[in-house]
Amino acid sequence: MAKNKGRVTGVNGNMVTVEFDGAISKNEVGYIHVGGTRLKSEVIRINGRTASLQVFEMTNGVAVGDSVEFSDEMLSVELGPGLLTQIYDGLQNPLPDLAAKCGFFLQRGVYLDPIPDRDWAFTPSVHVGDSVRPADAIGTVPEGLFTHQIMVPFSFADVPWTVVSIKEKGVYNVRDVIAVVKDPKGNERNLTMVFSWPVKKAITRYEERLRPDETMVTKVRIIDTFLPVAKGGTYCVPGPFGAGKTVLQHLTSRNADVDIVIIAACGERAGEVVEVLKEFPELIDPKTGRSLMERTIIICNTSSMPVAAREASVYTAVTMAEYYRQMGLDVLLLADSTSRWAQAMREMSGRLEEIPGEEAFPAYLESRIAEFYERAGKVRLRNGRVGSVTIGGTVSPAGGNFEEPVTQATLKVVGAFHGLSRERSDARKYPAIHPMESWSKYTGIIDDSKVEYARSILFRSNEINQMMKVVGEEGTSVDDYVIYQKGELLDSVYLQQNSFDPVDSAVLPERQEETFDVLFHILGSIYDLEDKKEVRLFFNEVRQKFLDWNNVEQKSERFGQLEEELTELYRSKAVGFDPVAEKLLSGGAR
Amino acid sequence: MMQKVYTKIESIVGNVITVRADGVKNGDLAIVTTSHGESYANVIKLDRDMVSLQVFSGAQGISTGDQVRFLGVPMRVSYSEDLLGRVFTGSGVPRDKGPALTENMIEIGGPSVNPAKRIIPRNMIRTGIPMIDVFNTLVESQKLPIFSVSGEPYNQLLARIAMQAEVDLIILGGMGLKYDDYLFFKDTLEKSGAMSRTIMFIHTASDPTVECMLVPDMALAVAERFAIDGKKVLVLLTDMTNFADAMKEMAITMDQVPSNRGYPGDLYSSLASRYEKAVDFEGAGSVTILAVTTMPGDDVTHPVPDNTGYITEGQYYLKGGRIEPFGSLSRLKQQVNKDTRDDHRALMDGMIKLYSAYKESLEKKSMGFQMSEWDDKLLKYGELFESKLMDLSVNIPLEQALDLGWEILAECFEPNETGLKSDLILSRWPKKVS
Repeated sequence: MAKNKGRVTGVNGNMVTVEFDGAISKNEVGYIHVGGTRLKSEVIRINGRTASLQVFEMTNGVAVGDSVEFSDEMLSVELGPGLLTQIYDGLQNPLPDLAAKCGFFLQRGVYLDPIPDRDWAFTPSVHVGDSVRPADAIGTVPEGLFTHQIMVPFSFADVPWTVVSIKEKGVYNVRDVIAVVKDPKGNERNLTMVFSWPVKKAITRYEERLRPDETMVTKVRIIDTFLPVAKGGTYCVPGPFGAGKTVLQHLTSRNADVDIVIIAACGERAGEVVEVLKEFPELIDPKTGRSLMERTIIICNTSSMPVAAREASVYTAVTMAEYYRQMGLDVLLLADSTSRWAQAMREMSGRLEEIPGEEAFPAYLESRIAEFYERAGKVRLRNGRVGSVTIGGTVSPAGGNFEEPVTQATLKVVGAFHGLSRERSDARKYPAIHPMESWSKYTGIIDDSKVEYARSILFRSNEINQMMKVVGEEGTSVDDYVIYQKGELLDSVYLQQNSFDPVDSAVLPERQEETFDVLFHILGSIYDLEDKKEVRLFFNEVRQKFLDWNNVEQKSERFGQLEEELTELYRSKAVGFDPVAEKLLSGGAR
Repeated sequence: MMQKVYTKIESIVGNVITVRADGVKNGDLAIVTTSHGESYANVIKLDRDMVSLQVFSGAQGISTGDQVRFLGVPMRVSYSEDLLGRVFTGSGVPRDKGPALTENMIEIGGPSVNPAKRIIPRNMIRTGIPMIDVFNTLVESQKLPIFSVSGEPYNQLLARIAMQAEVDLIILGGMGLKYDDYLFFKDTLEKSGAMSRTIMFIHTASDPTVECMLVPDMALAVAERFAIDGKKVLVLLTDMTNFADAMKEMAITMDQVPSNRGYPGDLYSSLASRYEKAVDFEGAGSVTILAVTTMPGDDVTHPVPDNTGYITEGQYYLKGGRIEPFGSLSRLKQQVNKDTRDDHRALMDGMIKLYSAYKESLEKKSMGFQMSEWDDKLLKYGELFESKLMDLSVNIPLEQALDLGWEILAECFEPNETGLKSDLILSRWPKKVS
């Protein structure tokens, strides 16, 4: 089919207007010819014979009259075996390959094959004559830790396709034709291990969406116990600069109990990505014993890279996440930071001279954010398997103020909110998630009612602390002071976690349960303590013991010893339980 | 080469002129000839045959009949050893009496470094300032702003770091500098003999705004080239708030919708593309950026410091003539302070914790509470800390600063009051203070 052509009529920043012939579609990809290079761009508005294109590169040197070639395809990514361990830019350009070719700098107009050109050991799973539908597997290849399903392209019509031929078990190149299928009308199509999918369309080739009801363990106590995230759920992490958003995301990317992690570094510092790039290959995933890189894909469009590609990068990332979900895997997408993505939309909207909304963000900001997070989900596939995409996005609110449009629009659509607080990070209380302002709608690993009880102590403790600031310690009753100390204890031994300590940095759910149980007994006890000084000394001792306990391996002998010592310590002063806590304890399973 | 001259200027708005012309490329350079002289201009927008240009020297006095000649090349700067010791304007015209340089022209505002080619920073830059070396170490290839209120001695601080830092080359980009400050930099560098390894791109407050916007790109393009050729380059930019304000002025002239307090929506990206030029080239040199960001009204949530904070790897917070230990942060210090001396990290943390306790005691004292023995110790410590380490005039190498830290501790506390590990105390605690 003849490709449509056009000519540049105007340039404004990274937006180029083009006069075209024939028919073109919105979100179609066009290439602007400048000298010897082709600049990739996307149609974002069409008006009569004029189209506005956002260019994914710098537009220096573009002149009126330059020719434009349309591709007849929407902005797409290639999907196939070999995506794992890759480092891509926002348009799925493999950065290490680009570096090998172009050296230190990102040369514009160079687009390389995203799927590595290599051979795979293919095992067919269908026979000639079998009927298959889009997203059904026709075979598998082993990709590192996973059995990578080779599927009928999602973009094929949703009709029964008959397998005309299929390669037998053997080693084939990723681009070799491995099967031929035909639709009911007899139109034949060749299948390779690779196909493409437009990034801005959600992949919906599944049977049904399920409620996200299984906790995604992050090994961060405050999250798993108090502010859980579910597999297939969504959460956001807003926070001012320096509050530890990126550190928290890095920790999550290492420890999350999922099959695959996709990191979308969107408009942030390049240095932070470099840390991941250099560290991950060295780090061992305790679950699999293999390098963490084997379960990771990095999409990296850092702050100095072209803005339009930044806008595309989150879509590129989520499309890959959905692709692996189609194989029945649990995928976690970490987007850092969605504010930079929103800013990219704002820049484009400004160039299009759209009527601005709040803080000049476009009016469609909210719907775009909602659309993006809605691509998360737990689904049952046609073959009965269950897969999920979980999305966690950081937000970088201007001035650290959560009342701004991106944070607010995000809060409307996510299932959990982990708000980072400057106050806590200044006090070196990490992770700096604010335990009282944050919330989650998912179920965690620990009995809800017990968690609620602990939370209520935290609130009470905070109230008493506020009061003490006014009336002083003298004006506070011993009972209130005990509650205050209980809250402080909960904060320092459970909510805070030392990410530099090899043991404390990642806490398995079993250990969280055990620790929480002891903590719950301590919080629920009534103590026989004379005065505030005694209270303070007692809780200091308990805290010290508890922290020591936190820092020893669960499997070690010392762990049991310290637990005993701790139990003995608190029991020495305990004279019974608070009735509410007692009821929860005796309630046992219920 | 196409050198057609256009003589009909269609519109003049702010510093932007529009002419009808064909075959012009986005970003191209042009020369505008007026009765007052010549000025460079560059293309910032194309709409069919309407070409918008920003005039570097400002559009004041331009007549609709003046000449515009397109050069067919983008904005460039000469790159060679001849730049050393020279002073230029934001558009690359000599400010000193030296000759104009036209050899070996390189483009400014070039592409970004491939993240896959970056390496984890690993070398400390010594400055002789304890608050930096000990507490918030500056690292080669770091990008770090000095957040400061107007009136603080930030330029003096920059100049000191420039003279003392162990780098091959210093590039100073001045934006909206007071003329006095420009002379101060020039005199200081000349006196210390550092001028011969310095290149300056200076825009003073009375120069045209457009040139202000060019300064970082000129400075960084040159820095990047020297770094590729193996040089350790330190780029000093002062003041980036003026740069942002120049961008704001330009954006409003171009009818862009402002996003926050009048600043354009791409403020973050524009600042980031400059700061991200800081890099350590594997097997070659490096670019380290130290910039000044003045905070209007000491407000860190103002769009310029706020966006900067999200981009840079920490900040030095200059207040009351001192680098404040709270609020200052070098995100890269962990990469280097483990290899300096075994007591560096522990002493850094310990001393800051005690200083923070001192602040609490000070507050208690000012509120009229009774001072305990411990409070008195802290008060003594705080004063010593401020006068011997925090004072900006202190100029000692890291090792000496660490030793001094131990001496201060020993003068004020018993070893077990410091919260430092016993083995460190055993090896480092000063034997006897007379």
